[in-house]
Amino acid sequence: MAGRSIARKSYDGVVLAAPATVPYQRFSKETAHWWIARALRQSLQAAGLSPRDVDGFSVASFSLFPDTAVGLTQHLGLTPRWLDHIPMGGASGVAALRRAARAVQAGDADIVACVAGDTNQVDSFRRMLSSFSRFAQDASYPYGAGGPNACFALLTDHYMTAYGATREDFGRICVAQRDNALKNPHAVMKTPLTMEHYLGARMISDPIALFDCVMPVGGAEAFLVMREEDARAAGLPCAYIRSTIERHNAFPEDPIQMRGGWAMDVDELYAMADAKPDDINLLQTYDDYPVISMMQMEDLGFCGKGEGPAFVRAHDLTIAGDFPHNTSGGQLSAGQAGAAGGYIGLVEAIRQVTGGAGPTQVKNARTALVSGFGVINFDRGVCSNAAIISGAAA
Amino acid sequence: MTTPIAPPPKKDPQQRTRVQTLPSGARSRAALGLTAAAAEGRFMLQVCAKCGTVQYPPRDACGTCLSVDLPWKDIAPEGRLIAETTVRTSTSTYFRERTPWRVGTVRLEAGPSIICHVHGDVARGGAVRISNRLDKSGQGVLFALPAERTQNMEDDPQLREMTANPKFRRVLITDARSGNALALAQAFAKAEASIIFVGEAEGWRPYPHRDELAAIPGVQLLPLDVTDTSSVAELAAEIGGKTDILVNNARFMRPGGILARGDTVFARDEMEVNYLGLMRLAQAFGPAMLGRGADGQNSAAAWVNILSVYAYSNLPALGAFSASSAAAYSLTQCLRAEMRPGGVRVMNVYAGPTDDDWHQPLPPPKVAPQALAKAVVAGLKDGLEDVFVGDVAQDLIDRWRAGPKILEREMSETDGGAA
Repeated sequence: MAGRSIARKSYDGVVLAAPATVPYQRFSKETAHWWIARALRQSLQAAGLSPRDVDGFSVASFSLFPDTAVGLTQHLGLTPRWLDHIPMGGASGVAALRRAARAVQAGDADIVACVAGDTNQVDSFRRMLSSFSRFAQDASYPYGAGGPNACFALLTDHYMTAYGATREDFGRICVAQRDNALKNPHAVMKTPLTMEHYLGARMISDPIALFDCVMPVGGAEAFLVMREEDARAAGLPCAYIRSTIERHNAFPEDPIQMRGGWAMDVDELYAMADAKPDDINLLQTYDDYPVISMMQMEDLGFCGKGEGPAFVRAHDLTIAGDFPHNTSGGQLSAGQAGAAGGYIGLVEAIRQVTGGAGPTQVKNARTALVSGFGVINFDRGVCSNAAIISGAAA
Repeated sequence: MTTPIAPPPKKDPQQRTRVQTLPSGARSRAALGLTAAAAEGRFMLQVCAKCGTVQYPPRDACGTCLSVDLPWKDIAPEGRLIAETTVRTSTSTYFRERTPWRVGTVRLEAGPSIICHVHGDVARGGAVRISNRLDKSGQGVLFALPAERTQNMEDDPQLREMTANPKFRRVLITDARSGNALALAQAFAKAEASIIFVGEAEGWRPYPHRDELAAIPGVQLLPLDVTDTSSVAELAAEIGGKTDILVNNARFMRPGGILARGDTVFARDEMEVNYLGLMRLAQAFGPAMLGRGADGQNSAAAWVNILSVYAYSNLPALGAFSASSAAAYSLTQCLRAEMRPGGVRVMNVYAGPTDDDWHQPLPPPKVAPQALAKAVVAGLKDGLEDVFVGDVAQDLIDRWRAGPKILEREMSETDGGAA
């Protein structure tokens, strides 16, 4: 953790293209393989490519068992020379981007298809929770088996006590995202959410109420990482990677999670992009619960620690607002498709900065910040990362 | 304070008896250290032998220095509740049936933060005392209790799930003739057991404390001879469906080992009562108790075996009796595994020499019946699996853990006081 001796290399020459989202379903009888195949096909079709053109493949999924990315190559008929399987849940999108970009930059692969997908069969959520991780199995699941609801209830309770946040502050995030989701035809949530509804919802795990929780769904997301010249030759709209950061198990000495790894590396994130928070046109946070979105706003430098409540009171988080946030509705309103929840913000951000977001398009969206957060291994999220991407080369 | 529990209503035989569901019992091997400590009611965590870091959750390598030498040590139970939630929906059937369920994050003074069950009397942000308990699946779980005792605190519904408190429960104590029976019945009466059945063999034969025993409120003397399969079956047919706690108290012992006895008559009697008696009781009463683990306020809760600590290591002066105790001990491990799906705790109470006629020549210290009875009730209230009563039993188990082979050699030189 000492100061770095060499500057990080830029991502020049590498781009993100062909964002694909397979419309989510509340319950699905299909498998993760099915969802991943559909997202991959959709992304390749958008790029005018065939599976034979893909020589790099990155997969994130919770429900592939007993398969991994390895089994998928044969199942889907891919013959990649670069293969990755990312078990980072909500951090898997940015992690895939980081790894794939370096592979393409180094010439280890020409086109990496990054895909995340999960199914949601009846009862698959319960089965996943009970064996999510060893620490969760031993030290959190036996305590009420509330799953992530209970873990985030503890973090939310602590945050509220420490910084005086109210339920209404979290409600602002949820209500704004629902407003965004109403413009996204694929969002699972299709009815408006008022603050009154939000505050009146039944408690799930105090102080977490119904609209603080994501709806587990089946779904998949994908994008391609390739050389800029190849994307241009194919006439593909593409996004440029200005900077990224990643950190795991940050601040283990904190008695309970009040911040994520972003706080360790945020200066580097902006320095590498030669940008400042004001330059960001839209923010896509990992939003399995509003408290963690609020922490990301703080840790990514949009406001100070503990100022999240004041920040969301002072800003309009909708698509047309002064601080567009989770423009597709995020997981809170579009649904949480397992590991694809780690992709939803990134795939939407690629669409936004390339002007392809359609009904959720933010005007003049040039630069987006996407952050990932993943894996409640025991009492806190372990993985965190972020990327700044732009629609035109810096 | 906790709202005191009310006496349960009479059971409606037309309603289905609630099936016992269990909290998740899956654990890593390292985490079973917590379970082993909880069996004796100790709060222990791994402490790195190299750098002293207290570890949680249980693990295989130190999170500070990567040493794999992580012995379990008793830990100061003080801490503070820094966050809490009340779980109202759960993916687990067990918890779903028992919501709302209070859970919290406690920062231990010893270092790590833990997620734990939280007693209803703990104040928001309050000081707590961590207790390591066995849950219904028989696994160790951490429970935050108020730092100071509160009124009726054992009636907290979450805590009661982790214990086998006799309050409002119906108890069967076997062997009314034994000197322990009177003290046990008195202790259960004091603990507010609603009915205390006491099994009596050969009722026509007088014994000194019969009148005193029969006079205890709630006591019902019923015929039971654990060496007679049909006697055990008859009593089970009568009260098996309302036996919430069974105390297997029958014991046959005579001094002597192998060579001095010259025959197997006493050895057979010892096995007949101490080993087969347990099996007969278990076969007759076990199935009904197994099916009633979640039967409301007075559900089947525990099976208690009074055992000799010489089950662990043979005392040659009582050599044949020790062997029957070892057989019984082994069988209780089997019983524990078989009763676990019903959430019924099997608690073994190990004593050294007890203060009775058959241990008369042995030197003190000896365990008085009152001390034994007190330990039984306290163990049930704490939901323990293993209780070692008195100095001899404590000393023996410490030495056994340090080295069973060394203990074996020491035992052969221990004064059994036998003729």
